[in-house]
Amino acid sequence: MDLRAGVAMIEPAEGLRRLADFPFALLSYVDDDGYPLSVAVDAQVDTATGKVAFAQPADVRVPLDREVSLTGSHIRPRPGWGYDQRRHVTVWGRAAEAGSGSLVLEATAAWGWSEAEIPFPEYVERTVGQSKRYLSRLSAELGRPVRPKLSFGWLTLRATRLPFLSATFIPVSIGLAIAAWHGYFDLVTVVLTLIGAAAVHLGLNVANDVFDARLGADEKNVNPTQYSGGSRVIQYDLVSLRGMIFISAAFYGLALAIGLVLLVMRPSVALLVIGALGIVLSLAYTAPPFKLVYRGLGEITTAVGFGPLMLLGAYVVQTGGLVSLEPIVASLPIAILVALILYVNEVPDRPADARAGKRTLPVILSQPQVINLYLLAAVAAFAIIGGGVLAGLLPIPALLTLLALPLVRRVYDGLQQNYESVYGLMAVMAVNIRLHLLVGLLLLAAYLIVMAVAAIAPGVPLFLRL
Amino acid sequence: MSWLPAPLAELVDRALVAELTVVRHDGRPITYPLIPLWDGQKVLMTSSILFSRKLEHIKDNPRVSLSLSDPVALGGLHGRATLQGEARVFDSEPHAEWERVLPLWSAKEPSVLEFLKARVAFPLYFERAVIEFEPRRALYWPDGDTSRAPQRLEGTN
Repeated sequence: MDLRAGVAMIEPAEGLRRLADFPFALLSYVDDDGYPLSVAVDAQVDTATGKVAFAQPADVRVPLDREVSLTGSHIRPRPGWGYDQRRHVTVWGRAAEAGSGSLVLEATAAWGWSEAEIPFPEYVERTVGQSKRYLSRLSAELGRPVRPKLSFGWLTLRATRLPFLSATFIPVSIGLAIAAWHGYFDLVTVVLTLIGAAAVHLGLNVANDVFDARLGADEKNVNPTQYSGGSRVIQYDLVSLRGMIFISAAFYGLALAIGLVLLVMRPSVALLVIGALGIVLSLAYTAPPFKLVYRGLGEITTAVGFGPLMLLGAYVVQTGGLVSLEPIVASLPIAILVALILYVNEVPDRPADARAGKRTLPVILSQPQVINLYLLAAVAAFAIIGGGVLAGLLPIPALLTLLALPLVRRVYDGLQQNYESVYGLMAVMAVNIRLHLLVGLLLLAAYLIVMAVAAIAPGVPLFLRL
Repeated sequence: MSWLPAPLAELVDRALVAELTVVRHDGRPITYPLIPLWDGQKVLMTSSILFSRKLEHIKDNPRVSLSLSDPVALGGLHGRATLQGEARVFDSEPHAEWERVLPLWSAKEPSVLEFLKARVAFPLYFERAVIEFEPRRALYWPDGDTSRAPQRLEGTN
């Protein structure tokens, strides 16, 4: 299917079928003065013969020597809102006399749109090419470049996908909290760690758009949502490819600089290994020749990067390289849940990803497999927390995370019900992101409770000792 | 003041959607549903650059017609009319120039203000042009019955 040309043009027979649904048609033609002229007519559609019959309007001479069109158009008014249920269709053909003052038109071409069939966001996406052609022509007319714009704040938010930083702040904050619980806390390195980790994440987000643009994955996706399909600032000409490369390099440069400062302040082999691995994995995620996300390894890379590496990295910065089992165990449920964010967000992208050769798990697996694997992984995340508490590796208040368990059911049910509905999946993706955020915040809260209780009532047991 | 008789001006003013027909480069008419906005003198319409073929057609051939035909979109009015005339596209600053029609637009479609708050989600939708249309003549069916001859009205300004 031609994504650019296939939006509006439809088969004449399909155009007639749609036209038959309208209570009247608008007959249009170009009159002898060169002006279009339109008259409402009662159209009798015969889909079997591909013809439409209508009465010759009074005192209006319909030309038989040129093409005329019949248009059906519908909206449902909604007071206080505007209208919805938009649909329209036009068929073209030459009119011929059919006797008794009636005319007949044989459809030769048709176009139309119905928002029930192509939702408005998808329709918008399919017409991006037309907007580029128009601005190109306009630039030539005006003798200056005309490009779409967004305010700096909105553009920054969109280009970097800033709201996704929660995926960084959650593991880093938990790592810092566990370090603080273990007696290590230094405000300067805490701030540097947060900024450095955020810089890697933003660099990754922007680099991901750069490589997806180069490999054509985002271009092929006509169903982006606020959670999937990339930032699209390159596709919309809001930021150039070169600009995005510069932004990504700047974030990585900042992350590297902060990493070096942290290494000088808290030298350790563990930090060096974790920092280097974090930057390499984030680049290898979409960058050739690795393109891990194109090889079915995107989810595991995300799990490792935004789970153990972020959490343990923040921990070892504080401890000066000391590693313990507790932050590793705490990172595992976070790792699983962040990978599940990507995993669910990939569900609506799977047709475009498949076209671009991006073999994500939802591309590789069948629908039941994708949904069952989601359930298995999400339950495993909670099982690890429960097991960690039972084993005395995680504090008892970590069981507060079980409060988020109902969200797993909501995502599971949402996937079952909306798997084929891109826009139905948006609410599911939002709940799934909330699941990661809530579990992360509750785990963080667990450590804050532990520290508060230990300070107030030192004798109260906070870990199970079987 | 417009030459347009009050009943026709009321049709434009009440219409949630009208059908703008333009002429393609191959001579075919092509019809687009649009919200007509009446400023007392001209009919104003606005189109996103995403759906800008109509703008290209108008630039190539400014002769257009605007049909007010659907009683549902006309808020229950039963008159019908087709206005003919020239249209002009204003698009030298697609990011903001169209905002001059926002008060008229939002009066008919209040949801556009909510939509505009989420401009970051649909940045290209809010890169727009304004179409100004001055009716030159009109065909008017007061009771909407097009099996009867229309009244033919000519502009005086």
